[in-house]
Amino acid sequence: MRLAVLIKQVPDTRSVQMDETTGTVVRKSSDAILNPLDAYALRAALLVKDAAPGSTVTALSMGPASAEKALREVLALGADDAVLVCDRACAGSDTWATAVVLSAALQKHGPFDLVVTGERATDGDTGQVGPEVAARLNLSLATFVDEVSVNEEGLEVERKVETGLERWRLRLPALISVTKAIGEIGLPTLAGKMAARRREIPITTAADLGLDPATIGLKGSPTRVVKIFYPTLARKGRQYRVVDEASLADSVEAMAKYMAEVSAV
Amino acid sequence: MKVCVLAEVAHHRILPVTYELLTRALGLASPGEIGALVVSGGVPEEEYEKLGAAGADEIIAYEAPWLERFRPEPYTAALQAMVAEFKPEIVLGGATSTGRTWLPYAAMKMHTGLTADCTELSIEEGSGLLLQTRPAIGGNIMATIKTPHHRPQMATIRPRSTRPATPQAGRRGRLHRREALPAWQQSGLTELSFTPIDETQELSSAERVVVVGRGIKKPENLGMVRELAQLLGAAIGATREVVDRGWLPYSCQIGLSGRTITPELYVGVGVSGAIQHLAGMQTSKRIVAVNTDSEAQIFSLADVGIVGDLLEVVPALNARLRAGGAL
Ligand SMILES: Cc1cc2nc3c(=O)[nH]c(=O)nc-3n(C[C@H](O)[C@H](O)[C@H](O)COP(=O)(O)OP(=O)(O)OC[C@H]3O[C@@H](n4cnc5c(N)ncnc54)[C@H](O)[C@@H]3O)c2cc1C
Ligand SMILES: Nc1ncnc2c1ncn2[C@@H]1O[C@H](COP(=O)(O)O)[C@@H](O)[C@H]1O
Repeated sequence: MRLAVLIKQVPDTRSVQMDETTGTVVRKSSDAILNPLDAYALRAALLVKDAAPGSTVTALSMGPASAEKALREVLALGADDAVLVCDRACAGSDTWATAVVLSAALQKHGPFDLVVTGERATDGDTGQVGPEVAARLNLSLATFVDEVSVNEEGLEVERKVETGLERWRLRLPALISVTKAIGEIGLPTLAGKMAARRREIPITTAADLGLDPATIGLKGSPTRVVKIFYPTLARKGRQYRVVDEASLADSVEAMAKYMAEVSAV
Repeated sequence: MKVCVLAEVAHHRILPVTYELLTRALGLASPGEIGALVVSGGVPEEEYEKLGAAGADEIIAYEAPWLERFRPEPYTAALQAMVAEFKPEIVLGGATSTGRTWLPYAAMKMHTGLTADCTELSIEEGSGLLLQTRPAIGGNIMATIKTPHHRPQMATIRPRSTRPATPQAGRRGRLHRREALPAWQQSGLTELSFTPIDETQELSSAERVVVVGRGIKKPENLGMVRELAQLLGAAIGATREVVDRGWLPYSCQIGLSGRTITPELYVGVGVSGAIQHLAGMQTSKRIVAVNTDSEAQIFSLADVGIVGDLLEVVPALNARLRAGGAL
């Protein structure tokens, strides 16, 4: 089988800093990392590869030149090859435009039997790109997959939804997005890291993909961000301090009363 | 039609999230302008009546045994047929596992924009466009997004971020039954099995949640928290620190890389309130917290906070709740 994993580089939300006046992310203050949830996508692809000997796993990313770092990370973790779609024309893409670009790249570098994505990227936090790619390429789609296996009849997946546990058979070609329940991938080996460092990562441009610049990037995006602001965290809360037996009793009384009020609503 | 909400159905009942979407629709449109699309394996007539009474003026229903469980292709075909006939300006779905699959799949097919997991919606003065506000970058910021030129404008809405609309006496909707075309059955998915609800999922829809943070210090102390949860009829959640130590399973993790919850009452004990944790709970209706550190970030969100040792406060609270009878 030919497998593809979609990989995104995201700002590290641990160290992310915001520009107070413009409300945008200060890029240099935050190290860019591999979207943590995409490591599970790779893990799922490698599980399928193990079950279907002779398979290959291609990692694909759309992003700035620096996204190469995230691709090297997945190469070190076991992906067979990597492709970076890098073009100014892609800048500012919303999920729709991102999916258009990634779909074109999957077609150019494919055909693939199975595409695996993360559940969502921790920056945009939408989880829309996977389903949008599936719709664009008419792939069978299963999201929030926490178990995957292959047999002669195709792919079998398990997904846990609000109302229960579902098992589905997917006709190939298919796209799945996976959750953390797929399992941990472990750390890259030193040899893997060394090999990944030397690998050539081809760059694909929008023109290579035959994409009209008007349909991608900010221009091609149906949505527009009109405003960015800080969440107002502060609620006018009451605070009680426990310093002795009496204040403990008072605090607990106040808390219990509040909980009772809430429940009465 | 101005706004159409996408109903969710399970066990032949229209789920509460649908009524939350109706509350949103009522805030955006006037009576007469609201629709609801119900794609299902079949629901009793009263379910449609209730939807009408709660605010849906037009109810578009597709029923077929093969629509019982959500699959992207047939559900999207039904949505596209509804959009072609009723031309809603706005389509709203729940940010549930179904909504977060169905809407993006449909948005691509219809070539329109989609905003995920919104917590606020309004109409822009002048342009009449839908303004969609949502948390992004791990809850570090809020972003307001619009779809100026593509139709319909689509959004998924965070479950439990608003109250469900209640049926009003005398209010009725018009039911439009439409045929689900046999061709729509074409799908890459074949159902193998379905096992109804499991316990871990309850957390996402629990009315009350007690969340344990690293302040609990060791798993032996979890007993008092379990008792508190039991007294409150609450589910138990945890921070990543607690899950990473193996004190509670991953299915309990609340936050950026865990679950999102929007309960009526969130009780945090020994939780610092790191931004990644807040990303999964800040839309809780009421928040109370116990922490030894008066500067802990969780207090900036808390309606009631106790600065104190949870090992003292929780047992005392349990005793008080036990004495005070059921809530
Ligand atoms: C990419 C990424 C994703 C993440 N995703 C998540 C996520 O989904 N969910 C999540 O929770 N975290 C997540 N985190 C981790 C997050 O940054 C914090 O580390 C975590 O939320 C902290 O958990 P905590 O509050 O239990 O622990 P701490 O921050 O260590 O806080 C413990 C608190 O307990 C208090 N305390 C100590 N003793 C007592 C006592 N006796 N009585 C009362 N209070 C006491 C302390 O004052 C302190 O405030 C993520 C991090 C990253 C980088
Ligand atoms: N620019 C991108 N390049 C490659 N994959 C992406 C990109 N953006 C999103 N993805 C994939 O789509 C998933 C969902 O992302 P999102 O819809 O942005 O939350 C991610 O986990 C990735 O697998």
